Amino acid sequence: MAARLVRRWGAVRAAAHSGPLVPCRRWSGASTDTVYDVVVSGGGLVGAAMACALGYDVHFHDKKILLLEAGPKKVLEKLSETYSNRISSISPGSATLLSSFGAWDHICNMRYRAFRRMQVWDACSEALIMFDKDNLDDMGYIVENDVIMHALTKQLEAVSDRVTVLYRSKAIRYTWPCPFPMADSSPWVHITLGDGSTFQTKLLIGADGHNSGVRQAAGIQNVSWNYDQSAVVATLHLSEATENNVAWQRFLPSGPIALLPLSDTLSSLVWSTSHEHAAELVSMDEEQFVDAVNSAFWSDADHTDFIDTAGAMLQYAVGLLKPTKVSARQLPPSVARVDAKSRVLFPLGLGHAAEYVRPRVALIGDAAHRVHPLAGQGVNMGFGDISSLAHHLSTAAFNGKDLGSMSHLTGYETDRQRHNTALLAAIDLLKRLYSTSATPLVLLRTWGLQATNAVSPLKEQIMAFASK
Amino acid sequence: MWGGRKLGSSGGWFLGVLGPGGRSTQAARPLISPAVYAKNQLSWTLQIKPGVFSEYRTMWFKSYRMTFSCLNRIKNFRYPWVKLFSTSQTTVDSGEVKTFVALAHKWWDEQGIYGPLHSMNDLRVPFIRDNLLKTIPNHQPGKPLSGMKILDVGCGGGLLTEPLGRLGASVIGIDPVDENIKTALCHKSFDPVLDKRIEYRVCSLEEIVEETPETFDAVVASEVVEHVTDLETFLQCCCQVLKARGHWQNHSSLQPFPGLKPCSYLSTPSSWDHRCMPPYLGNFNFIFYYFFVETESLDVAQADLKILDSRDPAASASPSARLQPGGSLFITTINKTQLSYALGIVFSELIAGIVPKGTHTWEKFVSPETLESILESNGLSVQTVIGMLYNPFSGYWHWSENTSLNYVAHSVKSRVQEYPMSAEFVLKRETEELQATACTNPAGHEELKK
Repeated sequence: MAARLVRRWGAVRAAAHSGPLVPCRRWSGASTDTVYDVVVSGGGLVGAAMACALGYDVHFHDKKILLLEAGPKKVLEKLSETYSNRISSISPGSATLLSSFGAWDHICNMRYRAFRRMQVWDACSEALIMFDKDNLDDMGYIVENDVIMHALTKQLEAVSDRVTVLYRSKAIRYTWPCPFPMADSSPWVHITLGDGSTFQTKLLIGADGHNSGVRQAAGIQNVSWNYDQSAVVATLHLSEATENNVAWQRFLPSGPIALLPLSDTLSSLVWSTSHEHAAELVSMDEEQFVDAVNSAFWSDADHTDFIDTAGAMLQYAVGLLKPTKVSARQLPPSVARVDAKSRVLFPLGLGHAAEYVRPRVALIGDAAHRVHPLAGQGVNMGFGDISSLAHHLSTAAFNGKDLGSMSHLTGYETDRQRHNTALLAAIDLLKRLYSTSATPLVLLRTWGLQATNAVSPLKEQIMAFASK
Repeated sequence: MWGGRKLGSSGGWFLGVLGPGGRSTQAARPLISPAVYAKNQLSWTLQIKPGVFSEYRTMWFKSYRMTFSCLNRIKNFRYPWVKLFSTSQTTVDSGEVKTFVALAHKWWDEQGIYGPLHSMNDLRVPFIRDNLLKTIPNHQPGKPLSGMKILDVGCGGGLLTEPLGRLGASVIGIDPVDENIKTALCHKSFDPVLDKRIEYRVCSLEEIVEETPETFDAVVASEVVEHVTDLETFLQCCCQVLKARGHWQNHSSLQPFPGLKPCSYLSTPSSWDHRCMPPYLGNFNFIFYYFFVETESLDVAQADLKILDSRDPAASASPSARLQPGGSLFITTINKTQLSYALGIVFSELIAGIVPKGTHTWEKFVSPETLESILESNGLSVQTVIGMLYNPFSGYWHWSENTSLNYVAHSVKSRVQEYPMSAEFVLKRETEELQATACTNPAGHEELKK
């Protein structure tokens, strides 16, 4: 522990702009900069939600919070008819967080779609897994990012006495306090904005995405790699109106394709595939694109007799052991057309920061971890970070602690790394396991998926973990 | 955790065998009290020996010299009548600055030599907060202790002063060591909020007594008592600066102690847990004796009081008015047991080096029994005594039923002292007393849940 902290301090010292004594002198005495209790760098979904969570916390009523957002203020005057192609799958745990500071009410008043079942199946075999809850509870919600952002902006406006939001402003420099508290040196983090204004803060929260400037400035190491895949998103019109409360995902050898419900007649597509294929999908004409999507969900071209036979054998054995019928395969809806200009592609990668916290610094969301969208967990992991960090900070504030102190920040790090690394590893493993069509691996994953589907306690565990 | 438990169990064993704690209180008190009281009754000089370690021993001398240069820097907005001490120079030599810088770093380094004091905040701040919050009907969110005046005696670098200030209290930190106050002043100056709420002074407790009699809602003497030369005078001073019981304007409906168990679930001797709230006026010689009556635990001064049942008719007569309890005194210190010698001095100082050598003298350690008898004789009723155990491996403190090492004591001023008081004031109080209802004596057990 001690050694670890020493190492951290050492790295902070290295990241500081000059020696420990010289810059400190500059701030001694009358410094007129505003001192904030917390500054959140990055006003995306996660950063704005973090500022909201703290702004509405009862123990933060006396604290000053600043949110820095590089972009403009995003308020939807009127909800557009067409759906946005940028959507998030919100787990029940994230919805609880959003409702804890009132943002979920705004979302409910605008639009969202709950899904109650999730069917995941393999393109190379008959294996499938069906997640559903007996009591038909919502498994999650598909919400447009714009809608979440609007709700958060509204809620931030309501606590403007505590939370200051600076739009179109970006920090260009962070100066860390001296590694060892010196008598006359400022103990706070100094932030310089692009327009030259400066602030001080007791705690800097980095929520500035996977290329986090805060993480780089703090010198926190980041393990990352890019996948050989890009994701194509689009808004699709179904050929006929359905109940549309199932999230569909099929693992193709080139990558997973997912169809997420938006309304009775609309679904959102997230198709991860090779960079070339993704570029092709975005540029091809609409009819071709719809055919490609339909065949991706329906084609049996990748099946082999051997795997089908092996899969059927295990299914038969399971049937003998467990006569009650496991949920039957459902067929995904067919797609009629795609919304014009809704097709966009973005590259995929994985990243994980070696440390989430340093003295007076904490990383949340994509700044700390970046995942493949196949499990729809990216933003939920970020919201999970917020719950944990807000909880630790709230306790610290009620105990009168210095908010930037490592003693409670390490508590946040331990909580979240335990959860996030497990999820990150599982998602990466799934991505790799399903990116191949080699027979032994296909056999292994077929049996694995079938077995998991048969053992309901295991399935419940997975659902519970994913819905946090 | 493992270490903590281990210590706890062995402590209990020690106690059982050697017996200076536990049930022997009753027997021990008559022996202890006269001895304590005989000691230096007249002496009004009080010197708090700071927890400074041997390598900075030079500073001890400085502390006795008492330079008040720091006072110039303090805005005495709250006490404009404070006479200004003449600062006849402190030529700042480079050696002193060096030591100052080194010391500053020591105080505020959470991983450094004062690490255990930093982590003790996780226990003592909630303990102080919760016990104080019980005395007020509702508190401002974000600033639970706002409106409270707290005196932190022996504040050192301000490790405990700042958290209390962050909770909204107006805190005065005093320490006889000039360097400590310099560090504390410097550290708080970077926080504009704390800068306003906290005031530091280089002075001893009895100096502040003259300026601020009956001023504070709470006095905190954390890890100080074991460094004090004359404990009785020290505690007497603490009592004098505490607010006396008074009438509360806020007419919120508060039931006295909802859901409180009659008996403490602490293993401490039961005599510490009685909650008596004797009125300070002789005409009304009754005592709200809430939980159980243990006559032998009453000290001499209360012996002639008539003991009434908690459902006293006077108590329910006017539910809208209630008494503000007297100020709270919080003390954390080290018990005087064989175990505390073995672990507090031999292990911590000589073997493990958790605490710098020479920090503590075993003879000056105070047992809860001694502490209680002095407190009671000064009109403070002891509410809670809980043990604290430090796990040197994890670096965290834990609550414990065992008080044979470190412990925290919370006591409340329950009896008025014989201060000169205008007749008018007394009369006013008397009438207020007539309407008095439930006493709002706080009880501090919440922390044990942890």
